[in-house]
Amino acid sequence: MTKIFAKLIGLSLVSVTALAGASILTGCGNKEDNSKALYVYNWGEYIDPEVVGDFEKETGISVVYDEFETNEVMYPKIDADPSQYDVICPSDYMIAKMAENGLLAKLDFSKMPNAKKNIGETYWKQSEDFDPGNVYSVPYCWGTVGILYNTRTMDRVPDTWDVLWDPKYDDEILMQDSVRDLFAVALKRLGYSLNSTDEQELQEAKESLIKEKPLVQAYVVDEVRDKMVGGEAKMGVIFSGEAEYTRELNPDMAYVIPKEGTNVWIDSWVITSGSRHKDAAEQWIDYMCRADVALKNFEYIYYSTPNTAAVELMDEEERNNDVLFPDLSQYDNLEAYTYLGEKMETHYFNLWKEVKSA
Amino acid sequence: MNRTKHISRVLGLPYRLWAAVFIVVPLVMVIWYGLTDANGHATFANVAAIADPAHSKALLMSILLAAAATLVCLLLAYPLCMFLVETESHSNSFLTMLLIIPMWMNFLLRTYAWQSILEKTGILNTALTALGLHPLRLINTPGAIILGMVYNFLPFMVLPIYNSLEKIDPNVINAARDLGASSRQTFLKVTFPLSLPGVISGINLVFVPALTTFVITSLLGGGKILLIGNVIEQEFTLAYDWHLGSGLSLVLLIFIIISVVISTLTDKEEEA
Amino acid sequence: MEKLTYSSGTMRKEAALKRRIARQEQKKRYRHLGLKRFYIALIFIFMYAPIVLLIIQSFNRSKSRGHWGGFTLKWYASLFTNAEILQAFVTTILLAVLSSLIAVILGTMACIAMDRMKKMDRQLMLGVTNIPMLNADIVTGVSFMLLFMTLRMELGFGTILLAHITFNIPYVILNVMPRYRELNPHIYEAALDLGATPARAFFKTVLPEIMPGILSGALMAFTMSLDDFIITHFTTGAGVDTLSTKIYAEVKLGIKPEMYALSAMIFVTVLVLLALVNRSQTAEARKAGD
Repeated sequence: MTKIFAKLIGLSLVSVTALAGASILTGCGNKEDNSKALYVYNWGEYIDPEVVGDFEKETGISVVYDEFETNEVMYPKIDADPSQYDVICPSDYMIAKMAENGLLAKLDFSKMPNAKKNIGETYWKQSEDFDPGNVYSVPYCWGTVGILYNTRTMDRVPDTWDVLWDPKYDDEILMQDSVRDLFAVALKRLGYSLNSTDEQELQEAKESLIKEKPLVQAYVVDEVRDKMVGGEAKMGVIFSGEAEYTRELNPDMAYVIPKEGTNVWIDSWVITSGSRHKDAAEQWIDYMCRADVALKNFEYIYYSTPNTAAVELMDEEERNNDVLFPDLSQYDNLEAYTYLGEKMETHYFNLWKEVKSA
Repeated sequence: MNRTKHISRVLGLPYRLWAAVFIVVPLVMVIWYGLTDANGHATFANVAAIADPAHSKALLMSILLAAAATLVCLLLAYPLCMFLVETESHSNSFLTMLLIIPMWMNFLLRTYAWQSILEKTGILNTALTALGLHPLRLINTPGAIILGMVYNFLPFMVLPIYNSLEKIDPNVINAARDLGASSRQTFLKVTFPLSLPGVISGINLVFVPALTTFVITSLLGGGKILLIGNVIEQEFTLAYDWHLGSGLSLVLLIFIIISVVISTLTDKEEEA
Repeated sequence: MEKLTYSSGTMRKEAALKRRIARQEQKKRYRHLGLKRFYIALIFIFMYAPIVLLIIQSFNRSKSRGHWGGFTLKWYASLFTNAEILQAFVTTILLAVLSSLIAVILGTMACIAMDRMKKMDRQLMLGVTNIPMLNADIVTGVSFMLLFMTLRMELGFGTILLAHITFNIPYVILNVMPRYRELNPHIYEAALDLGATPARAFFKTVLPEIMPGILSGALMAFTMSLDDFIITHFTTGAGVDTLSTKIYAEVKLGIKPEMYALSAMIFVTVLVLLALVNRSQTAEARKAGD
């Protein structure tokens, strides 16, 4: 056997090194020149890849693009080394946390004329809740958390969170695999605030989630999309933008906001305090705010855009689509997440662990 | 003579340094982080945290699943090795085929492929439905995790058992038969005891990675099963608590040390 | 022997009995042979079913797994324009080549040095060497992360490489050490006596003898580096992906079919290489037999 190994290694080493060498020579193995590169850290499947290419072509800046799954996965990486990435797209409460811990750089809006010009006034005002004075962030997308369901296999519209606790739907339920989104569902169902810090309410939410667990098929994040499209489950908790995207792949998909209310969120671009390419990062944010770019991006990811200039470019049908642009004034129980502080966050995390290990 | 000694010292130096910086120091750091708190004060809380309900449940689950997977591996591997030794037909190339070649397909992909087989609309359930049978709940269950562990770690059980069985002198077995032992007696009194070192080594090689995995759970568990490996991984990547993560790693180290001690002891016995 | 057997009737009878038992045994063995082969085949299917599935998937027109959308080769074509996957492939190969190469050099040097150490010292070094092999990958990964973070090193290709070299060295030592200990030291000394420099003596007498050990160690190291995910997961940084970390990230978003195509290509290449080596080996053996 050793002899076979010996010959195999010789052969494979030679061929493989040749292969690697060839690919380096042809350029796809080239490490980008660090000074001209921009490190972008965004949610998974949250941009039209062509937009990244266009940006590189127009500005001559090469982009190193990485994706994260949840705010909680992103944070430790940035805290450990804030210079790793230049521009990131976290959610509201996470922006507050990062700002509080000195991980964000103040933005120079004079270098980003498109931002103030194209982003709607209401979104700037909303952002004040987590970014007072609008100094750190520029809104990128907004939406809600709701239930995506399969109209062919579901016998009712799941317009209440209670449906997710109905034994009738055993093994047909997908829940979100992140602390805040999971507890938000339980807290809202019980009629509490999704920013609750009340011990009794949190314990109650935890207990109810443990009770729900046997019915849940899986706790996932982006996989909800594929599993729903493939017919693996009847219902999944997911962000509003996926509704239109999944419907293109499977016409049976529908999205509903349960009547007990839900979370309304904004994801915004921020620049890290350790950024080594701040100019390029500002160029990136400004580019993302351009009306034509925002429109192109919107038509790929289908998340509601705060870019009013882009909305004006849309056709009538898109603009009046109430899934893409829901009229949220009919709900009086929508809430944004707020940053609850280090201690409460750890507490949430511990409760989450209890649910996951139950 | 002096010269060769000098040469050996010079040749040994790079690796000595390497081992110190990249093997010993990192391990000391895990211990240091595990036994201190965020303010640098000595504490045992991070290790004691294993008693928290969530952690102890995860550890218990890990032990149960790892033990089950180890047992299944043993039950699958032992007959396989016996048959391979008996039939002697190209055993070596078969072992290469079985153990080495699959490794050239990325193990994450191979494990992930089981999802397509086990899920609700997957291959197995489609086949069951086509046969008029009831589809089964397979994916995201402890059973799926055990299957993933067996699939990934079976080679670690096969190799040592095969080696120890192959080493047994056929004359010893013939002697037992000549003395009138039945095939069952021969197996229980001769073959099995002689293969025991291989069995123990196989158990060690399967149990430790199964106990500490977090990847198999996250690929086949659907987030419904939390093993101690997942807890540790999350302490580093989500909760950002290096101290707690290190403290729980120390608990794992205890298990690893036990398994190392067991294997060294059996090695010694074998030598004696 | 024959004389003895034929010298008495009882012995002859005994021998006949023995032969009969042996024949029965053989029959029994063959009776179960079908069953045994069947069992071996089942294990084989168990190990290869996912691999076959992945290869089939690489020809599937439909992007979603488990649903056949018709045969296509388009993923193989688009693979070569998918910069991200190619980049991850190059990183993976580069890591495997560099880490196994450096591990071979360091490991072989360590073997030579350890052979001449005092017993206690050698035992200690071997014990330390065993740590990365015996330790759980997650603890090793975490310990590297703590080290690199504390040293304020930028996580990326460099840190992954250091980690891979470290867990590769034990495999090299494991393979080279036995070869080296079997070596006849007098040959090396004779070469020195005949006026060769130590380096020349080493390359002419020692190296060829331990080469098989070095090569199998290198292959093991190469394979370990290629297949590693956990340790890479904890030591990688911004913009650096190996195939493993890329796949782990893609599992959450849906694996890109190009990934199946690439993996199928790597797998088949290795299979063909192995078959070729095997054939030349049997041919050589036959020649030697003549």
